[in-house]
Formats: sequence, C-alpha cells, structure tokens
Amino acid sequence: MTDTTTEDTPSVDEAGRRIVDAIGMPCPRPVIELAAAVKAAEIDDELRLLADDPAADVDVPVWCRMQRQQLVSQTTEDGVLVFIVRKLRDI
Amino acid sequence: MERVNLDVAAGWPLRAVARRALSDALDLTDGDPQRPHAAGAMSRNLLEAATATTAELLGAADEDVVWTSGGTEAANLAVTGPVRAARDRGSSRRGLVVSAVEHSAVLDSARRLAADGLADLIEVPVDGAGVVGLAAVAAAVDDSTVAVHVQHANHEVGTLQPTHDVARLCREHGALLHVDACQSVGQLGVTMGQSGADLLTFSAAKFGGPRGVGALVLGERARVAAQLVGDDRQRGRRAGRLPVAAIAAAAVALDEAVATMERDRSARELVRRHLRDRLGAVEDVAVHGPLAEAHPGIVAVSALYVAGDALADRLDDRGWAVASGSSCAVRSGEPPHVLVAMRSLTHGHLRISFGPDLDVATADRFVADYAAVVSELRAQSGRRTP
Repeated sequence: MTDTTTEDTPSVDEAGRRIVDAIGMPCPRPVIELAAAVKAAEIDDELRLLADDPAADVDVPVWCRMQRQQLVSQTTEDGVLVFIVRKLRDI
Repeated sequence: MERVNLDVAAGWPLRAVARRALSDALDLTDGDPQRPHAAGAMSRNLLEAATATTAELLGAADEDVVWTSGGTEAANLAVTGPVRAARDRGSSRRGLVVSAVEHSAVLDSARRLAADGLADLIEVPVDGAGVVGLAAVAAAVDDSTVAVHVQHANHEVGTLQPTHDVARLCREHGALLHVDACQSVGQLGVTMGQSGADLLTFSAAKFGGPRGVGALVLGERARVAAQLVGDDRQRGRRAGRLPVAAIAAAAVALDEAVATMERDRSARELVRRHLRDRLGAVEDVAVHGPLAEAHPGIVAVSALYVAGDALADRLDDRGWAVASGSSCAVRSGEPPHVLVAMRSLTHGHLRISFGPDLDVATADRFVADYAAVVSELRAQSGRRTP
C-alpha cells in the first residue's frame, strides 16, 4: 500500500485538490491520513479523501466537527466514500 | 497486579447471597418440578417462591414470568413470540417498530423475521444522545403494528429511553411495547407499571445472579407463541426443564439488588459524572450519551486516531477490564451500530461500566492510564498528541 502522505508529488483531482487515498485501510487509518494531510495543507486548501472502510462514513464527519474543519461534501462513487474537506484552521 | 473490573455491564459479579443460595438449592432441586412426587414438589416450591419474588419486584403476576436461558433468549422470544402469536390467531398485524440502538438480540431477531417475510420492520432513528425520537415512533406505529421494541437503558452508552411515552403511543394503536431492561432491572427500579411495558426482558447476570438465567415478563395484553417447543411447561410459552437452583439464586440476587439500589445508584452517579468530566479533558476524545437521563454505571468514550481493541488490550495489560465495541484493527466489517445510529465517533471506542465499589481515586488512576495508553497508541500510528 502506498503511503500517500509522504509522496513528493501527491496526486490531485480535476479541481486541483490533493487526493488522500485511504482505500483498503481499516479504521482509524483513514482519519489518521486525513489529519496528516490537513496538517500539511494551507488554510482554505481542499482535500479529496477516498475510503472504503464503513466506519469512515461516520468518523470523517465527526472528525471535521471535532477539529472544526469544513466537510464540503460527502458522496459515494462506485462503493468508495468520497469526502471533500476544506482546511479552516491549523491543527 | 490489582485488577479492576470496569466491564460490569457485561455481568455484575456474582453476589455472595446468590452463590450461597445456588449452592444450597442445588441439593434440593434434583427433582423435576413438574412431577407430583416429593422430590418434584421440593423443586416446584423453590421455583414458585423464586418466581413470586421476581414477579412482585417487577410488578407482574406470578404466572406471567417466563424463565429463559438468559437475556438473549428472552429478547428473541419477546420479538418473535408476539409475531407468531398474532399470526396463529389470524390477525393481520405484522408490523414491528424497533429503535436503531436496540441490542443485537432484538435487532437481529426482528431483521430475521422481516427477511423471512413474517413481519414488516421499521427501524426508528435516535438523536445524537441516543434518545429515540417520539415523533418518529408515532409516525411508524399504526393499527398494523404488532409490537414496538424500545430498551430501557442502552447497553453501550447508557442512554435512558422515554418508554412510558412510547407506551402511550402503542396503546393508541393496540400495539404491544417490549422494553429490554437488561441493564436496568435490579439497578434502576424498573417495573412493568413504571416502564409501561407489555413485555419486559432481563438477564440475572446483569444484577449479580447466576449466568444463564433470564426472563420475559408479560403484562395482561401480551401474548407470545413459544420458540422452544416440546412440552407444556411455563404455560406452553417456553418448553424445557428449568435450572431451578439458578433461578432461586437469581431471585435472591434481585432481592438484594433492589434493596441496595438507591444507595448504589447515588454512589455510581457520582463516579459516572466524575469520569465523564475527566475523560472529556483528554485530548481529542468524545464522551457519548447524555449527561442526565443516563444509566449510572456506564460511560462511553471514543478516542481519535486509535483502534478500540488495541486500547482495551493495553488497558488490560495495566489491570483494567474494559469492553471495546469496535474491533477495526482486524478488518471485521461493520462499526458498532449504536454509535453509527448516534453519528458518534465509532473508532477508539470503550465502554467503561462499574458497580458501586469503584471510588473516585480509582477512577482517576484509570483516567491517567487511559490518557497514557491513548498517547502511546497515537505515537505508534504516527499521530502524536500535539
């Protein structure tokens, strides 16, 4: 499994958002990966988190609430949970 | 190493009076209580006395206590029994309404009936504190409803449900109310009248009785068809010879539990609020369930960035027995349904449950170990506490 958080040139989506790929990772890894990516990002940056662990469906919105970051959207694409998260503050 | 039991919700330690009663009764209950001979009569007398004590403490008639092998069987009978009874008498009622935070013994029984085409199931959501919505129950119950299932106290987070209000909605439509009171009987003073239940289930293990004894208690409107068949014991509602000695010990345990309940409840409530306060001060954790209207001996907490089973294992190494509802380190699939229903943090989850003997100083030692273990696990996962 590639550790997307330490890649030199992280992949981005069509809107230029950094993609955090947590597919195949059991909880709590998706939230750990998200936290690391948000920490490394600039304020107002948006990230695209991909996960397929069912716990992420609940835990990612809760993480955004607890950390006071913005969950822009939450969708499911081909069975993969897709979250767009905007960094509002440093963590 | 001193070991501390913080998993009392899984089973209250066997009470000394129950152990003695069990031991004494074993010698007196070899006979089959259905037989007219002297040995049978001795068993029968003990069974009837235990049943009468239990019925009185729960506000029911003696003949309406149906003994089972535990809380799980009682819950299965409470779900399946009314549906089968309705069908047997030619009623068109086949609706079941179940809160989303019920114990799996209730939820899975109801889902199985629905999957088998024997019932129409509506699962009613809860709010962020785990309280079932009365408006949602009102919308779900109608004249085709057989029964509504709403527990008295939640087994994971301790939320108390407004069962009496639900009972009123049920009666308006001629539906039955089953209250799973496994975490409440012997601890919270629940009775048939107080809860509004038509069917109430409990487990003796939860109040310091022997393991392997439970019961379904029926109100005057409730009818159940047996799941276990093969004889006409217990008025044909549950076949099979009963463990009379264990039932006698369960009644003794319940009697003591009810007698000490109020004092125990105050002591536990003090520690519960203290624990919630201190655990909530640990970095990046969420304490679940309501502050008021909650079970006095259950505290639920989730920690960001850690796996619940790893947390429980590390605390066990330090002498603390706690339960984790989440086992996500192994990819076992579904997160804990109670926390999902509450939209609460599902990973890093612990249920801390305790009796009246846990004091504040010991609770503080637990919180210190908890914070240390959470930090260790976060450091290992590369997620250090800032």
